[in-house]
Amino acid sequence: MSKIYFEDVVKSVENLVHACSSLTPSCERAISDACKNEVNQNAKFALETIISNNNLAKAEDLPICQDTGMAVFFVEYGQEVNFVGGDFEDALNEGVRRGYKKYGYRASVLDPLTRVNTKDNTPSVVHTRIVKGDSIKISFMAKGFGSENMSKLYMLTPSQGINGVKAAIIDAVKSAGSNPCPPIVVGVGIGGTAEKAMELAKQELLRPVGFPSNDLELANLEKELLVDINALNIGAQGFGGNNTALAVHIGKYPTHISALPVAVNIQCHAVRVAECKVEGRQ
Amino acid sequence: MKNISAPFNKNELRDLKAGDFVLLNGRILTGRDAAHKRIVEGISNGKLPFKLENEIIFYVGPCFKDGKITACGPTTAMRMDAYAPSLFDKGVIAAIGKGERGQNVYDSIVKNGCVYFVAIGGAGATYGKAVQSFEVVAYEDLGTEAVYAFDVKDFPVIVAIDSQGNSIFKN
Repeated sequence: MSKIYFEDVVKSVENLVHACSSLTPSCERAISDACKNEVNQNAKFALETIISNNNLAKAEDLPICQDTGMAVFFVEYGQEVNFVGGDFEDALNEGVRRGYKKYGYRASVLDPLTRVNTKDNTPSVVHTRIVKGDSIKISFMAKGFGSENMSKLYMLTPSQGINGVKAAIIDAVKSAGSNPCPPIVVGVGIGGTAEKAMELAKQELLRPVGFPSNDLELANLEKELLVDINALNIGAQGFGGNNTALAVHIGKYPTHISALPVAVNIQCHAVRVAECKVEGRQ
Repeated sequence: MKNISAPFNKNELRDLKAGDFVLLNGRILTGRDAAHKRIVEGISNGKLPFKLENEIIFYVGPCFKDGKITACGPTTAMRMDAYAPSLFDKGVIAAIGKGERGQNVYDSIVKNGCVYFVAIGGAGATYGKAVQSFEVVAYEDLGTEAVYAFDVKDFPVIVAIDSQGNSIFKN
């Protein structure tokens, strides 16, 4: 057994949330490439603004976007870890609370019905897997809701097959239109149950932007869909042009003989993710 | 690039065409989902705590640090579509947001001779730099969703829907 203390996780998360003050390097590269090949003048202006905004945020330690998101965590919790000093999810939330306050990030979380704000951006959304090992890997995503609101779940029937899958993904991007702050990253989860597909779709957004799937078939599908999506002429900010998406990331999971779930979770161009590994003390 | 300064009025907005780049100078108001809900309630019960005539409404929920605004980019305008026509009818002359609007908003813009500007979503730090000072105007309990007055200098926007209903989103 290794021991990991409450405060170790809090401090790690406090550092992770600082991801809101810069685009990830892969996202930066993807936007820069998009800007170089953009032919629509308004879209090019949008991409140039996004690049200069990122440079400004990095130079002056500012949030790149005022929507610093709802904090989403994907955790791989080593089963040999003895967690000491409190509840593990409380530690994640305490890290969010401190980090968002320290960096002046927006408190965007509220009760869905009364609409009363919790004022510290908690609670976060936590997906945990118990894995082998004596450490905890924490992946953080600041998920803005201009894009999250455009999420779609399609419970296709098996007869709809791969063409149905492609049509569903294109439909989700089309109906999102200009709303999710394109150029977007399209996260797709195929298979599982309804909630498993949605979770997969979101998890795929953790992948560095444009890194292909390890599964060759999925990697080819990602490439093909990216071409189709970029032919839609939605473009950066909905201004038109050839950069509606920066990448398509697809994951799959076995499903039921009756089903073909397809979930689409869209990420705006402001990809803000970070991960860390919290090691145990002996 | 055109320059428009407060006090704002509809006449100078009428000359703007979809696709024009504009720099705004002067006082603009902010408001997003929760504030819009209250504004529309205030319009219907006659208890609006501030005036809407000749105002420009920026759809934003800013980030603050040490009493300053650090990021304030536009939020998705579509969510305000249910409320926007009531505000235009009541004297608001322009809105600033991001993304396409519904037909009801197009109709209201043409009817009232208003303009819908867009700013670049996700460029919050950039727009924060254009805010010289700010104060709360109403609904302070809403925090980031309160109505603020921003004093802006060379705040860059693009005319997305002009007063004739022409739009950069409909190529």
